[in-house]
Amino acid sequence: MLELNDIHTYYGNIHALKGISLNINEGEIITLIGANGAGKSTTLMSISGITKPKTGEVLFRGEPIHGKSPDEIVRMGICQVPEGRHIFPQLTVQENLDMGAFLRNDKAGISRDIDYVFSLFPILKTRRNQPGGNLSGGEQQMLAMSRALMAHPKLLLLDEPSMGLAPLIIQQIFEIIKKINDEHNTTIFLVEQNANQALQIADRGYVIENGAVSMHDSADKLLSNPDVQKAYLGI
Amino acid sequence: MEYFIELFLSGLTRGSIYALIALGYTMVYGIIGLINFAHGEIYMIGAFTAFIISTVLSIYGFPLLGIIVLAGLAAAVWASAYGYTIEKLAYRPLRHAPRLSPLISAIGMSIFLQNYVLLAQTSDFLPFPELIPEFDFMEPVAHIIGSSDLVIILTTAAAMVILTLVIKFTRIGKAMRATSQDRMMAMLTGINVDRVISTTFIIGSTLAAVGGLLIASHIGQINFFIGFIAGIKAFTAAVLGGIGSIPGAVLGGFVLGLTESFATGYVSSDYEDVFAFSLLVLILIFKPSGILGRAEIQKV
Ligand SMILES: Nc1ncnc2c1ncn2[C@@H]1O[C@H](COP(=O)(O)OP(=O)(O)OP(=O)(O)O)[C@@H](O)[C@H]1O
Ligand SMILES: [Mg+2]
Repeated sequence: MLELNDIHTYYGNIHALKGISLNINEGEIITLIGANGAGKSTTLMSISGITKPKTGEVLFRGEPIHGKSPDEIVRMGICQVPEGRHIFPQLTVQENLDMGAFLRNDKAGISRDIDYVFSLFPILKTRRNQPGGNLSGGEQQMLAMSRALMAHPKLLLLDEPSMGLAPLIIQQIFEIIKKINDEHNTTIFLVEQNANQALQIADRGYVIENGAVSMHDSADKLLSNPDVQKAYLGI
Repeated sequence: MEYFIELFLSGLTRGSIYALIALGYTMVYGIIGLINFAHGEIYMIGAFTAFIISTVLSIYGFPLLGIIVLAGLAAAVWASAYGYTIEKLAYRPLRHAPRLSPLISAIGMSIFLQNYVLLAQTSDFLPFPELIPEFDFMEPVAHIIGSSDLVIILTTAAAMVILTLVIKFTRIGKAMRATSQDRMMAMLTGINVDRVISTTFIIGSTLAAVGGLLIASHIGQINFFIGFIAGIKAFTAAVLGGIGSIPGAVLGGFVLGLTESFATGYVSSDYEDVFAFSLLVLILIFKPSGILGRAEIQKV
């Protein structure tokens, strides 16, 4: 479904991605793990068209998208929940969700999806008319994921959804990621530092070091790999 | 008491014009964080367009209402074309440059447009046709408020209401709010941010052009330099109200207009600008974010 072929991305002179190649199949949960500054967020931003790769190609269902603008990429069905959530602080919870459905016109479908995300995260319903900026970190993460779901993505990119959250909420977030994948067959590309939990719900995983993929295997094999255990699982 | 009311109403008239222009500053600032120093010139170009169209049409004996509508439309379209083009040529290529670069580009644009109109027209004041006649029904109050004051105040009020509805309820309005709060996230929700920025310049330019037409007809003359003073005053109004805030720009416009009107009426008309800028200095000392502005959150 999504294929990155040897992409190189720069911030000015900083060579952040040094030839990333990976592929994601329809319906999979794929996780990308790596240390701080390894290039995980840059990989997602290169897919979304925010930081354009200088060389290499990004193919979505066989079609090159690395030359497209971010809004065209969203239109094709690739949505991202960026690191740090990026809730619109002065829009209400409801308006934030409406922004997620910005490209849609089907009123009935939109209100059905609103009900769906409220069933996933009931707390959001009670906060409906509050400004997004007033929510707690965990609630903001739920809102950010809900907002992305409102676009009905075919491929959902999640950047560290568990960052800064309490263990109980992290557990809940991972369960819902699995649920979205099961119920809607939404393909998920999950960037995480929380390697243990990410690998438990993922089908396959990629390890990124210094802007390049250093390892790639099924999730089970990575979980039992001694190098991965030492570097990312704290075992 | 009558004098007080008279000053109050003339303050509202001034304030309306400041508010119309200030909206352009504050909206552009809200979306791309740039003080568009060429905005005063957009207002001036709107006034010149209205001048040319209304002079030609009155030669052909058009009725006043037709002249106002056509001159207003032409001014809005032409000013918007300038606003749109300026953004595209002078600001867009510098979007990822250090903040100072587009600012300098804006000042350059302002100087360029002033001199361009100076060369294309003349440095003399040109007589602007009186487009708003004295209405008969205004006769009893004509010593307190002129008909054109009334038209200016009502037009401004209507423009504010329309703008508020557009921003609150339309698709482009929502896209504008989202873009001003978090541009990257706006892109990630599928908003074409370039289009939002262009639309913002077009809306701001249209409001400035309407202001240009109204005040030129009210005062009765224009030249290439009117955008400079009006621009600085409107910018002051925007800062006063809290730059980036739409209600702030309107409030700032009226506060500034009323202050000037009362100060010149009760103290001395020689110090009109001194009062305006003293007010600005006071605000900057005691509430730097402006009357309705939030404390600036430094974006990383
Ligand atoms: N806006 C930027 N300007 C310059 N360099 C950047 C920018 N963003 C990221 N980098 C650099 O690019 C490299 C990769 O950063 P990236 O944000 O992709 O890492 P990451 O794996 O997401 O890290 P983290 O786990 O801390 O989020 C880092 O060396 C970082 O310093
Ligand atoms: Mg990151």
